[in-house]
Amino acid sequence: MIEAKDIYYSYSNKVEALRGISLTIQDGEFVAIMGQNGAGKSTLIKHFNGLIKPSKGTVRVDGLETTKSSVASLARNVGFVFQNPDHQLFSETVEEEIAFALKNFGFKPEVIEQRVTWALNLLSLTQYRKTSPFLLSGGERKRVALASVLAWDPSTLVLDEPTIGQDHEQKEKLRQFIIQMQTQKKTVVIVTHDVEFVAECNPRVVLMKEGKIVADGVGKEILTDPALLELSSIVLPQIAQVFTKLSLLGFPKDVIDIYEAKQIILKIKESKQGR
Amino acid sequence: MSIFDGLRFRKVFSPIHNLDPRIKFIYVIAIFVVAILFFQIIPLLILFVMQVPFVLLARVQRQWLRSLRGAAFLATFIFVVNVGTTYFTSGYVLTAFNVENAAAMTLRFVVLVESFSVFFLTTSPDHLGLALEESRVPYEFAFAFTTAVRFVPVLAEEAQTIMDAQKARGLELEKGGLLKRIRNYVPVLIPLIVSAIRRSLELAEAMESRAWGATKKRTNLYLLKLHKGDYALLAITVGILLAAVYVHFFVPIPTISQLL
Repeated sequence: MIEAKDIYYSYSNKVEALRGISLTIQDGEFVAIMGQNGAGKSTLIKHFNGLIKPSKGTVRVDGLETTKSSVASLARNVGFVFQNPDHQLFSETVEEEIAFALKNFGFKPEVIEQRVTWALNLLSLTQYRKTSPFLLSGGERKRVALASVLAWDPSTLVLDEPTIGQDHEQKEKLRQFIIQMQTQKKTVVIVTHDVEFVAECNPRVVLMKEGKIVADGVGKEILTDPALLELSSIVLPQIAQVFTKLSLLGFPKDVIDIYEAKQIILKIKESKQGR
Repeated sequence: MSIFDGLRFRKVFSPIHNLDPRIKFIYVIAIFVVAILFFQIIPLLILFVMQVPFVLLARVQRQWLRSLRGAAFLATFIFVVNVGTTYFTSGYVLTAFNVENAAAMTLRFVVLVESFSVFFLTTSPDHLGLALEESRVPYEFAFAFTTAVRFVPVLAEEAQTIMDAQKARGLELEKGGLLKRIRNYVPVLIPLIVSAIRRSLELAEAMESRAWGATKKRTNLYLLKLHKGDYALLAITVGILLAAVYVHFFVPIPTISQLL
């Protein structure tokens, strides 16, 4: 469980990135943190594994206060995947890249071998086991970075902009993968600008603006509130746009799911034919 | 990374910012030469204090202090090594003279850092490039130099992100003995170098797609011209140099321990 209590954070250049954030993320929850550039999203998630310690307020991760724990000890439970994979890849082979964190955490060689194989398989990277990560494409490098964190099986996973540079198929795989993590009762926190992706996943959405949380609730509610989203420079998901425009004709407004939309349209069509 | 902060140019309007970069550079080199000329603490102290009005006039005191703080580690290192070597070579005696000497060496380093810091804090990369060009440095080299200067803070920021990313994977930079600690930086340095190379290739492509180097003979919109202030600074510089040379050869300089 992650508990942030009234945290403030300013960078050395006096920019106040967080201004009183209180947020509790329960075990097994799936949360998407959204908001315009500079809203403080990345600053907030860096508090979850202690990379940034709050200037005021407290952050507890599984009961441990982050100011009193090292990043390495917090990272054991909170896996953090950075936006740009090139900021972490350095090994000669993909295999070694994935084993890096496992070695840091002091896993036994047999276990490392086993975990690496498991992670490679999970993200369909097995064929690149002995390849240099620098020779892979952008999307593949991103998967290597993800695999290198998943390998130690953290109970919470924090993903910064996971969908950037991924084609639709990879996004779908990512979604499936997050669902799989959910069934294993793992906590997943993502930071993203990708409304369509969030609409498809329908997680809890935390909306930020200028270092504060402006909304927190079910994706379906927040992503169908045009006034709220405009405040954060986010556009409605396409389905929600259509249904908002049709709301004058008696359509429900809060639709973000393609399947649900289809059901509603079919029902109307049937009732018209019945007449 | 704070030492880089002390070298980062910020746009402020002040008499120092408006000075001609060439004259400012001559001034910095003169300070450099004078600092090398003396190994006694008193002239170095004077040299150190002499920079302060420039800093205040340029209104960059905060960044300047930060660069000094960044240099503190290296300064301590120089001091300890100097005291240490004299201590061991002089048969394990610690004299006030030796300590003062070590302090002077450290101060020499601090003076160099502070004068370069003032120069870079008050000179925009554009002006620097212009100064190089007008000093007949080929444009390619001048451009490469200004680009390098401009990318230092970018790289510093990137290094921070990379360190964060590796720490998130359990890397502990401060763990282990000296050799292990140096090796700890491999996972930081490789991504940093790779991304710098990648960035430079991208920059080259972006430049070529905007017709970089299309004309052989370039002209500049702005030209550097010497003003009253520049002549004044030049006069001050020459004055400092002459005074320093005179003092160096003809005035015996006492040490502080002699004065006390």
